[in-house]
Amino acid sequence: MPPREVVEEAERVLRLCSACMYCDGVCAVFPAIAGKATVPLADVAHIANLCHGCRGCWYACQYAPPHPFAVNVPQTLAAARRLSYADFSRPRWLAAGFGRRAWAVAAVAGGVTLLALLLVLLTVPSGILFGVHRGDGAFYRVVPWGAMTTAAGLSFLWAVGSIAASTLAFWRSIAPAVPGKIVRRALGPALVDIVTLNNLGGGGHGCNDAGERLSQERRIAHHAMVAGFALTVLSTLSAALWHHVAGVRAPYGFWSLPVLSGTAGGVLMLAGIAGLLALEVRADPAPAEPGETRLNRVFLTLLGLVAASGLAVLALRETMLMGLALTLHLGLVTGFFLVLPASKMLHAPFRAAALLRAAIDRIASPPRRSGGE
Amino acid sequence: MSDETTSRVDVLVAGGAAAGLCAAIAARRAGASVRLVEAAPAALRGGNTRHARNFRIAHDGPARYVPDGYRPEEFWADLVRVTGGDTDEPLARTLIRASATIAPWLIANGVLLQALDQGVLPYSRRTAFLFGGGKAMVNALYATARQLGVAIACGTELTALRFGDDGCEAEVAQAGTGARVIAKAVVVATGGYQADPARLRIDFGAAAERMVVRGSPYCTGRGLDLLLDAGAVPVGDPASAHIVAVDARGPRFDGGIVTRITGIPHGIVVDRTAKRLADERADTRRTHYAQWGARIAACPDQLAYLIVDQDGLRRAGPTALPPVAAPTLAELARRLELDPAALDATVRAFNAEAAGREPAVRPLTALPLAAWPLLPGLTFTHFGVAVDARMRVLLRGDRVAPRVFAAGTAMAANVLRHGYLAGLGVTLAAVTGRIAGEEAARAAA
Ligand SMILES: Cc1cc2nc3c(=O)[nH]c(=O)nc-3n(C[C@H](O)[C@H](O)[C@H](O)COP(=O)(O)OP(=O)(O)OC[C@H]3O[C@@H](n4cnc5c(N)ncnc54)[C@H](O)[C@@H]3O)c2cc1C
Repeated sequence: MPPREVVEEAERVLRLCSACMYCDGVCAVFPAIAGKATVPLADVAHIANLCHGCRGCWYACQYAPPHPFAVNVPQTLAAARRLSYADFSRPRWLAAGFGRRAWAVAAVAGGVTLLALLLVLLTVPSGILFGVHRGDGAFYRVVPWGAMTTAAGLSFLWAVGSIAASTLAFWRSIAPAVPGKIVRRALGPALVDIVTLNNLGGGGHGCNDAGERLSQERRIAHHAMVAGFALTVLSTLSAALWHHVAGVRAPYGFWSLPVLSGTAGGVLMLAGIAGLLALEVRADPAPAEPGETRLNRVFLTLLGLVAASGLAVLALRETMLMGLALTLHLGLVTGFFLVLPASKMLHAPFRAAALLRAAIDRIASPPRRSGGE
Repeated sequence: MSDETTSRVDVLVAGGAAAGLCAAIAARRAGASVRLVEAAPAALRGGNTRHARNFRIAHDGPARYVPDGYRPEEFWADLVRVTGGDTDEPLARTLIRASATIAPWLIANGVLLQALDQGVLPYSRRTAFLFGGGKAMVNALYATARQLGVAIACGTELTALRFGDDGCEAEVAQAGTGARVIAKAVVVATGGYQADPARLRIDFGAAAERMVVRGSPYCTGRGLDLLLDAGAVPVGDPASAHIVAVDARGPRFDGGIVTRITGIPHGIVVDRTAKRLADERADTRRTHYAQWGARIAACPDQLAYLIVDQDGLRRAGPTALPPVAAPTLAELARRLELDPAALDATVRAFNAEAAGREPAVRPLTALPLAAWPLLPGLTFTHFGVAVDARMRVLLRGDRVAPRVFAAGTAMAANVLRHGYLAGLGVTLAAVTGRIAGEEAARAAA
């Protein structure tokens, strides 16, 4: 759908929702439009990012097709959300990654991985590549420490820089003009919403993750994935400490903090990703937006490969396959970071920004209340 | 009909909205085998309950989903007020008493009620709000009924009904194919007849021509007809109904809550000759819009227009469809195809009078202007069949049908023959459905 139509459809649907408001208890989207006959353009992006895609409003909607009003809030907002990623991604040419070329993103990551494999195969003598290495600095005998940290480090910096710039651009467009005092008061509640995924809980009883039946599957799987990811970050940070401060070089023992947290994180992440991917496959396609589904699948698959290859390094590190596993992992990590700014990753900071804005609005301009009949 | 298409069941329930679903669940929980037929296809199942939001309950303390208290005597007083006392008192008292336990019963059957701290609920100590609205309630009740083992068929209509003291025989039709059902008891919960244009023409005359039906197109009154043809006693007035102003551009059926136009006290309402219909500010209570339906129905072409200025637009609240906007009154008249001179005169007269009113009324001056075309929108009719306190259908000649029960809108006129109380429809449907289901199971035992 062309951008103008995406926004117009969002405005049409949100207007209807605002006149109805039966779903105001479902999530933060509806209180954010309560009493508003028209939603300013910037607010469409804000509201689209408030939506967590829980689908509660789809099953509850008296105007869902075949009703002539044909309201499909999750699908409409998913399209608007994808448009907001494209609109605010920096540098701007990244926008292409959120359209039809989402698979190109996967191709970049794949290409980088292949390139890494190729480089290592061509430059590292096979005796070393397929040798069994043990003890201090074993990894660096295959891939030199400098090359390893440069590739991963630069791609990581690129990802962080680009995503930060995109998020800032998004926040500038949705930030309400309120005193800093109110923003500070909103930080706590916003953080709770961000961390707990409140809006994926249906007020405690669950969401329509896969279909009409309520469940907490998606929330739990997402929590597992994020917790796993946090553990791998802990692993990386602790490894850096070991290396630079304690002067101990990898590989570390299984019971060391870097390896233990990395292993637990990898496993948890894979479990979460498996859960989320399974839902992508099982879920009722009616409220889904094909473009978002594509983004989700690419992102989850890439992240899953990164986590799996990390675990493979651990499992194979005392065998002759360590070199290949390590190269694969490094290639995947580098490729993953390179494409991260044009991936579903943007939903995290964008949604956090939208939740902060919603928390500010709840304090600064509480919505108008509306009743039934 | 051949024997292959004949099936037997303890309780047959016709109608798959609040009343029918509660009846089916209650009967099944009481041990009966139950079959439920719903005329609408699965995607549109649930009748008018799909469009409901909140329901009225007597209660004596704050709960998670309702604040303060609402005593049964208050409920009774409210009912007497809107009906002018013209109600079946024993039945009404049964309804009020049973309303006190219906919320926990619905919750136990999977219905989610919105907690007071969720969303942006208005204060309402008299009503509980359905989380996600009536369709969510309908979904939950279908899921529970199915889980309990109720045999459910959507897109299936009750087309014939014969009954005696020993049993009932019904015919149901799905996509033109009929089948015979032998049941020990039948619950008719098929709603009113508001979606039958032919009947509306008889009862409302010319006013029915362009009447919008706010609820389900499947509430055709067939169930009521079957009961009346079999000798049931009618109650209520077929020509009395709850009619409100709705946006003329909405769909003919099923527009539900969003096409209702509530901003009338913030503007003026004129007919096709640009004349005002009544004082828009005479009654600004939340129920004021129920009076406008009849007024609009009496207009030429049943068509009227609500006109507001910028100030009124801000106060009017969101509407499903954007209003017709125009920079000047003359341009608005052109867009609405009204006589500009006549409209100008009407607005001038209104503005001149506004200043002198006590309390002062804002004149219509802040440009640009906005307008909504209005048609009468029928919510439900005040007509049904008479029942006793066990929901058994009363027959002419002071008889009662021991195995045929009516619930919900089909019998609502026993209690409500005039007016409306917010949230009474669903309460009445759930309570009478539950009673009818329990009684039907007893009759079938
Ligand atoms: C727009 C709107 C908003 C409303 N809001 C509220 C509210 O907020 N609170 C409230 O309390 N009330 C509200 N009401 C009223 C409320 O919806 C009804 O009172 C309630 O739904 C009645 O339920 P019921 O089960 O008696 O029948 P209905 O909802 O009228 O449904 C009848 C059912 O029977 C089926 N049927 C019809 N004929 C046959 C047949 N021959 N065979 C098989 N099935 C058949 C229909 O398909 C339908 O599902 C509202 C109504 C409307 C139109």
